[in-house]
Amino acid sequence: MKKYSLYLVAVLGSVLFLSGCGNQNGNDSSNGALASNNAEKVYVAPGEHDEFYAFMSGGYSGNVAVYGLPSGRMFKEIPVFSQFPTNGYGYSEETKPMLETSFGFVPADDSHHPDISQTNGELDGRWLFINGNNTPRIARIDLKTFETAEIIEVPNSAGNHSSSYITENSEYVVAGTRFSVPIPQRDMPIKDYKGNFKGALSFISVEPETGRMDIKFQLIMPGFNYDLSHPGRGKSHGWFFFTTYNTEEANSLLEVNASQNDKDFIAAVNWKKIEEYVENGGGTMVPANYTHNVYSDETHSATSTMKKEVLTVDPTKVPGAVFFMPTPKSPHGVDVNPTGDYIVGNGKLSADLTVFSFDKMIAAIDGKKYDGEAYGLPILKFEDVLAGQVKSGGLGPLHTEFDGKGNAYTTFFISSEVVKWKVGTWEVIDRKPTFYSVGHCMIPGGNSRKPFGKYLVSMNKITKDRYLPTGPELEHSAQLYDISGDKMELIYDFPTHGEPHYAAAIPASILAPKSQKIYKLAENEHPFATKNVSDARVVRDGNEVHVYMAMIRSHFTPDNIEGVKVGDKVYFHITNHEQDFDVPHGFMMIGQKNSGLLIMPGQTKTSVWEPKKEGVWPFYCTDFCSALHQEMQGYIRVSPAKSNIDLSWSLGE
Amino acid sequence: MKIVIRSTVIFFSLLLMACGGKEEKKKEGFSVDREKTKTEKPVEAVAATSTVSPSERVDLENKGVGPIKSVTLSPDIDQALAKKGEEVYSQMCMACHRVDKKFIGPAPTGVLKRRSPEWVMNMILNPEVMVKEDALAKELMAEFNGAPMANQGLNEDQARSILEYFRTLE
Repeated sequence: MKKYSLYLVAVLGSVLFLSGCGNQNGNDSSNGALASNNAEKVYVAPGEHDEFYAFMSGGYSGNVAVYGLPSGRMFKEIPVFSQFPTNGYGYSEETKPMLETSFGFVPADDSHHPDISQTNGELDGRWLFINGNNTPRIARIDLKTFETAEIIEVPNSAGNHSSSYITENSEYVVAGTRFSVPIPQRDMPIKDYKGNFKGALSFISVEPETGRMDIKFQLIMPGFNYDLSHPGRGKSHGWFFFTTYNTEEANSLLEVNASQNDKDFIAAVNWKKIEEYVENGGGTMVPANYTHNVYSDETHSATSTMKKEVLTVDPTKVPGAVFFMPTPKSPHGVDVNPTGDYIVGNGKLSADLTVFSFDKMIAAIDGKKYDGEAYGLPILKFEDVLAGQVKSGGLGPLHTEFDGKGNAYTTFFISSEVVKWKVGTWEVIDRKPTFYSVGHCMIPGGNSRKPFGKYLVSMNKITKDRYLPTGPELEHSAQLYDISGDKMELIYDFPTHGEPHYAAAIPASILAPKSQKIYKLAENEHPFATKNVSDARVVRDGNEVHVYMAMIRSHFTPDNIEGVKVGDKVYFHITNHEQDFDVPHGFMMIGQKNSGLLIMPGQTKTSVWEPKKEGVWPFYCTDFCSALHQEMQGYIRVSPAKSNIDLSWSLGE
Repeated sequence: MKIVIRSTVIFFSLLLMACGGKEEKKKEGFSVDREKTKTEKPVEAVAATSTVSPSERVDLENKGVGPIKSVTLSPDIDQALAKKGEEVYSQMCMACHRVDKKFIGPAPTGVLKRRSPEWVMNMILNPEVMVKEDALAKELMAEFNGAPMANQGLNEDQARSILEYFRTLE
């Protein structure tokens, strides 16, 4: 398909050139030739692959979904913060610890802003980070297995929204609180919010080899709402920028009361300076409770550890570390261009974008030209740091991405459009409608030094009439724009699962070759693995029964079990002996008050079943695995609690 | 301008047709080719000789289809290699192949009296292709209820060690 289309483009291009036709991209008519050209752009022929992977957050699904671009085809839903009966995540004994928190087991969350790990400011495709907004957590997904590898809870945070953005060498993944709260949490009147609640901005270190996360420090900031953030890069590497709203510190009817100030702030945080401060013994270690959950591909199991303290930093104790830049109208996104020169504030109740200059910011800081202070932190003068304003003509700017060719693309929620403008001159080049009410947009690598400026995806909040109606509830609508030319072209619509708040995309050529195909059975270190069918067995320990079971096309070893009694707690520890790509097996047991399992080649998973009734009860494979899949089944005889039938098990006898 | 666009459309569709046509023809030719030469002929050949079940039949000439073209067996069994083969076999194969009785698949005992070493290793290393393109492997799959031999992702050294282990199973 690629060869043909290149050929087509080449021939068509020269024909057009010879006959002196104008620029197709500039032509807005819905001519048939143009429409077929768009179809060609998004058409990925049967058996062909997409050019990009896009990871889109699932919002209230708590998960991440993987799509191909330009086709919009969904490849996988990766369970992260939510139980996922499709494969048993959060139900199997091995994965339950992943969802442990200081509040106990939490089965769901609201995932928001995925970000791909970087090296030297470029996407390296090792890990994907994503924040749980509701019960504050950060997850790391391994991009070899496309599975959640680690989740760390963030204490002192609430509404973990200005997260999970990473610095340009993946030194830190940053998690800021949207809701300020009492720190430490305590029983106090809500009306005493102002001056008493605080906002924690957490810098979570990422171990360079393993990706392992640890909270290095928490910056305890004034009680504003920290909405979004982005790292500096290039010359501004070492800084992190956070938008704030509700600098009014209202605690009720924020819809009105948090929109009183003409300007809120972008907080500029010199994290390198704070890192130095804590490495020299600065900061205060305070008691806290937060879980750190780690999954191992060797044991195929997660462990959950409760951490007991966290290092906090009072920003007023680190001079030169934190400054506020006044930004109009409750800014949402704060975005840094690929060279790191400019910081874009998207004032969501404004028509204009405010762009700050990093150089001017440094000059203002060096000149100590302040416009006052907030809770002891210096406020820079708006005019001193302003680089320019984009007079967009739109309404409600939310978020800006960059194409690496000197252009920026800003979404406007209220006026439902994407506006393309030039970095440096601030002139508007193009605008295209979105359908409808766009939130964030995404360009592959658009939050890095090296964007791949070919496509832009808008993630729209309202779907209405874009697809066949499916009752009152509709999937959200994403739109794909070709941004390779001067003008943007809307070329495709596709529905997305849950509510994608943001996405991150990467060329398939970086990820696909590294994608893992199987787990090696020989490397399986699961304590209940059955690595050899001659070890398949059933063991009783009081009223616990452990079934060491193996599966391969198309039978279970063993498949007949007797001696189980009413009131027992039966653990099925099932090992998939396949070593071939894409041959998972499933498992379900009648009456199981749990999800089934989907077990990958070489993997062991465990499901619990508590038989309540005497009888002979079947189990079977739920994933169509071969011509004899329907034969892949077994029986368990359940006898009365007081019976004295010995445990026995067999296959083919 | 109109003319240009119209001619572009025509050009475009001609090109599309040309490309589409070409691709279709190629596919057709390929599949016909494969069915005739690789599948149908062996089936006919089998019909004439198959009074013995495929698993009992002796065919020491057939090397199968796959990466193994030639294996030289030393006169004496390499016991260390055979031991390694037994380990791999019991972890990766025993779910379907019991040593001396028919199970999901045939038993390996005595297999080298019926099959060439190359055929055995190709069956281990390249089962998906073998059951499609090797007539005997295809018949065996039918004899064993259509259960496909799983590709266990072994490397050639592992397959060779299993072969040595099979030499000990007389």
